[in-house]
Amino acid sequence: MEIFGVPSALLGSQLLVGLINGSFYAILSLGLAIIFGLLNIINFAHGAQYMMGAFIAWLALTKFNVNYWVALIAAPLLVGLFGVILERTMLRKLYKLDHLYGLLLTFGLALIIEGVFRDQFGISGESYDVPDALAGGINLGFMFLPIYRAWVIVASLTVCFGTWYMIEKTRLGAYLRAGTENSQIVQALGINVPLLITFTYGYGVALAAFAGVLAAPVFQVNPLMGSNLIIVVFAVVVIGGMGSILGSIVTGIGLGLIEGLTRVFYPEASAVVVFVIMVIVLLVRPAGLFGKA
Amino acid sequence: MTMKKAISIACTTALAALSGGVQAQVSGGVVKIGVLTDLSGTYSDVAGPGAVQATKMAIEDFIAKEKPDFKIEMVSADHQNKADIASNKAREWFEREGVDTATELVTTSVALAVMKIAKEKDRIALMSGPASTPITNEQCNDVTVHYTYDTYALANGTAKAVTKQGGKSWFFLTADYAFGQALEKDASAVVTANGGKVLGSVRHPFPGSDFSSFLLKAQSSGAQVIGLANAGADTTNAIKQAAEFGITPTQSLAGLLMFITDVHSLGLKATQGMYLTDGFYWDLNDETRAWSKRFFGVQKKMPTMVQAGQYSSVYHYLKAVKAVGTDDTKKVMAQMKKTPINDFFAKNGQIREDGRMVHDMYLMQVKKPAESKYPWDYYHVRQVIPAAEAFQPLAQSRCPLVKK
Repeated sequence: MEIFGVPSALLGSQLLVGLINGSFYAILSLGLAIIFGLLNIINFAHGAQYMMGAFIAWLALTKFNVNYWVALIAAPLLVGLFGVILERTMLRKLYKLDHLYGLLLTFGLALIIEGVFRDQFGISGESYDVPDALAGGINLGFMFLPIYRAWVIVASLTVCFGTWYMIEKTRLGAYLRAGTENSQIVQALGINVPLLITFTYGYGVALAAFAGVLAAPVFQVNPLMGSNLIIVVFAVVVIGGMGSILGSIVTGIGLGLIEGLTRVFYPEASAVVVFVIMVIVLLVRPAGLFGKA
Repeated sequence: MTMKKAISIACTTALAALSGGVQAQVSGGVVKIGVLTDLSGTYSDVAGPGAVQATKMAIEDFIAKEKPDFKIEMVSADHQNKADIASNKAREWFEREGVDTATELVTTSVALAVMKIAKEKDRIALMSGPASTPITNEQCNDVTVHYTYDTYALANGTAKAVTKQGGKSWFFLTADYAFGQALEKDASAVVTANGGKVLGSVRHPFPGSDFSSFLLKAQSSGAQVIGLANAGADTTNAIKQAAEFGITPTQSLAGLLMFITDVHSLGLKATQGMYLTDGFYWDLNDETRAWSKRFFGVQKKMPTMVQAGQYSSVYHYLKAVKAVGTDDTKKVMAQMKKTPINDFFAKNGQIREDGRMVHDMYLMQVKKPAESKYPWDYYHVRQVIPAAEAFQPLAQSRCPLVKK
């Protein structure tokens, strides 16, 4: 069977690959959206923090023989802690200033972090093998699906929707949202807003590192792996609506699928399709698909 | 004769002798070599700090062995793979700092820009890093030497060998810019000329990170060989993901531009059995091993062909300067072209009139993990491709300097 001249098996497999990429976009754009929505900081260091997650996993395995599953928890914690230190020592001073300052600071930090890793590990990157438990693949009839890729979809969607639930449906989430809405009143009610904000930044950064560990067996672990991805992820956040939690998740997955389809019908355009959609969305709905105008 | 007159005559004679000497001497008594390379970007493992190190080694060895009567200095700079930065630096070096030759010059756009400036300022461009064939074809000039390799030699070596060994149907995964397209074109021509068939190709955006969609297309084409007409991280990611999706070993991959650093970073498990063409391998013989181990002592990595070629080209240049006793561009170029190159890097290497240095190339096959006995033991040398076959024949040259 063919759809628009493309065998349906190929179409199915491309959609599945799109879904996998979409789950990466979703988890990265979710972190950015949380940080922007609750701190008003455009976190340009997100790509570098994603790369740090992947490198910590690789270092843990090769130098300390720490396996993938431990790294999946430990790397986000370590990078999250690094984020907490950044927030406490630097970002905190910028909340009252224009967005631009936060962007410049985090952009500078990203360059420094990437520079240090490049100096230490070179540019060619390192290889991280798929953990044994997830090695191999399943033949779906229309494609060979590596088990690891299936795991990526499950893990990232679980974390994404868990995060969404925590922010939108729990008491802690309610404090967070209230704290960003009107921090003085919330503080007057006895809630430690600065601590909440530090926690939020740390969590957003930890999400980036989590995505980094997920990505390590799929991509070559390389100091520039984040900066290649981060621009697309920013476009995802803009399309979804800056700061919209659900928007970033849904748009991430949706754009992954659209990108997958573009690769079937016109592969040359697959790098720009996300930006074309961004332009259209900005013209029609400047606040983004899920943003509040 | 008064004392005054005597002094003035003495001075004039001395001056005349001096100025006469200057023509046949090295300007300022110093030969200055500029290493203009990518110190921090995509090509910094292939060239970069390792190329600077190779240059230092060449200068030290030359001073120790040949005992020249001129001084040798080296400067280096990061061109960040940007032609404008490279151009500015080259101008500054040639105009104000008395640099005699700009060397390394990885990245085609950088190479093409700097070779024009070298021509304008009458200095020499020694290229060990860039890959594109226009350097010795449409864009060729008489002050440039393209030393180590080019896309023709790589595509020719790998595609020919793989097709001859039965890989008759090909599908290309091509980086969507000038370099990738040129590589695909060169390789396709070789495949068809050797009785193979090109079933199709897919152009991927550059740089890319997820190649699974493109690989699935290549898979569904049913081709025996998937040719990777890309470089660096694009190639390594594609190889890694091909293994993940079970494409290899059912279909085989042919890397059209791969360096030993790529194999090192991917590991043998992912790259075993692949064919590639290289201009140098550290483990060829005692000479290459001796040099490479010295290099390894500082860099902690075995040299790429670019780094080994950098050493060889700088040494060859310095020998020519010593032989003609001047750093005059024309004389040095003539001497370099006249003298065959015989060192650990090349045997009977020759610089042709189009600026192409031709030497033997090697067809390599990546070892299986079990076959690798010690660190960096990565390749079987499957074939030595003689210089005359490895590079584009002069008869096909599009360089105006070539007399036909």
